[in-house]
Amino acid sequence: MDATLLRPLSVDRLLNRMDSSAAIAFDRVSYHADRDHAILHDLTLAVHQGETLVLLGRSGSGKTTTLKLINHLLRPTSGEIRVAGRALSEWDVIRLRRMVGYVIQEVGLFPHFTIEKNIGLVPKIENWPRDRIRQRVEELLQMVGLDPQLATRYPRELSGGQRQRVGVARALAADPPILLLDEPFGALDPLTRAQLQREFLHLEARRGKTVVFVTHDLNEALLLGTRIALLEAGRLVTLNTREEFLRSSDPLVVAYRDAFRPDFSGERGET
Amino acid sequence: MNLWQFILQNHAEVTQLTLEHIWLVGTSTLLAAAIGMPLGILLTRWPSLRPPILGSANVIQTIPSLALFGFLLPAPWIGARADRLVILALVLYALLPLIRNTYAGIQSVDPSVIEAGRGMGLTDRQLLFQVELPLALGVIVAGIRVATVLSIGLATIAAAVGAGGLGEYIFRGLAMVNNTVILAGALPAAALALLADLGFGWLEKRLSPQHARRSSSASATSS
Repeated sequence: MDATLLRPLSVDRLLNRMDSSAAIAFDRVSYHADRDHAILHDLTLAVHQGETLVLLGRSGSGKTTTLKLINHLLRPTSGEIRVAGRALSEWDVIRLRRMVGYVIQEVGLFPHFTIEKNIGLVPKIENWPRDRIRQRVEELLQMVGLDPQLATRYPRELSGGQRQRVGVARALAADPPILLLDEPFGALDPLTRAQLQREFLHLEARRGKTVVFVTHDLNEALLLGTRIALLEAGRLVTLNTREEFLRSSDPLVVAYRDAFRPDFSGERGET
Repeated sequence: MNLWQFILQNHAEVTQLTLEHIWLVGTSTLLAAAIGMPLGILLTRWPSLRPPILGSANVIQTIPSLALFGFLLPAPWIGARADRLVILALVLYALLPLIRNTYAGIQSVDPSVIEAGRGMGLTDRQLLFQVELPLALGVIVAGIRVATVLSIGLATIAAAVGAGGLGEYIFRGLAMVNNTVILAGALPAAALALLADLGFGWLEKRLSPQHARRSSSASATSS
């Protein structure tokens, strides 16, 4: 039984697993931008409670679309998506989004708000008392490795790396059980990126959370992912644990490994 | 008699006409803002409304002002009083810059900021009032600025239909072939326009979220 669990899951097995224990479940989901242009074909995928699932693929493979379907920024053309056991149609979209942290590559900080207001916005509209918000903001700034003195600054006064730390802190503000990250470190320089990746891996606040992480960077996928879903042209190609991914003989997986070999061969021991 | 003497001798009348002028322009610009801003917001929500609304506002702008007064004259409640007539005409002229700038201001907000806000679970209302409008305010004020300066000029024609304002002197001066009287109307009107331009220009600068522009350009270069 244990041995079969480690093997790539077939669609049938996945469907069997689509019980309420999956934090997020896609059931034959397709998304069409218009009638002739399908971005996602028939995706069936379960994200387990507490795992970090990496959606890996190149530009246009449908990974960002998959992510945006989870918090209902996009609506599926067909199929069903369940979050915490409930179909998206049964959710109040606003409630759903407030329990799903969302981090994007461009960060999207509110330029007219201070860092403090940016991080504290969801708690504020959720009517937390003011003291508790301030305390939470300070705690989060420390957690993501920022000086609490930055609280009163504006986003434009921060570096790219600092801004993305704020983006992560903002997504964590109301302690959501699910986190969605769309290439959060993609726009950063390699050193800052590596640092933030490692910090994210060890982030205390990430514990117990279900994370879906979009990237095109295999190193990042191997570092952070419990499992890796490889997408290509809107289809799920393989769904593997990290170890399986490194052993897989699937041509696309091999192509990925070859493309990244000079990098990750030296780094594997550390991860 | 030179201009200063004229103005000093008639300072009560000059003040009154100036106040009338400000009343006409102020009321009409406020009304235009009350109509134009919601319309501009509407256009960002329903893009299919763009051609008819912007098109109509554009067409109105092309109607010569005297002709517009003439068209509105037979209207029941409006035509009964000259100031109502002029205010309505000024509102119609001011709509275009207000609709267009509200729309453009909201459209110019960095899409990633909107996406992040939506993804965090802001409602449409919260997104509009806490994010989009504050960030668009500088551009909206620029629209109010254009509308006000335009109206101050146009309102001088209000005297043609007897609605008062500084145009009184201009028309009187034309009839008397007296440049001093013309200038007594034209100069204060020009001064008002200049003041409005400077005032709103200052406000525009203060309200433009420089942080928005700088941070978005910074993230663009780093990616």
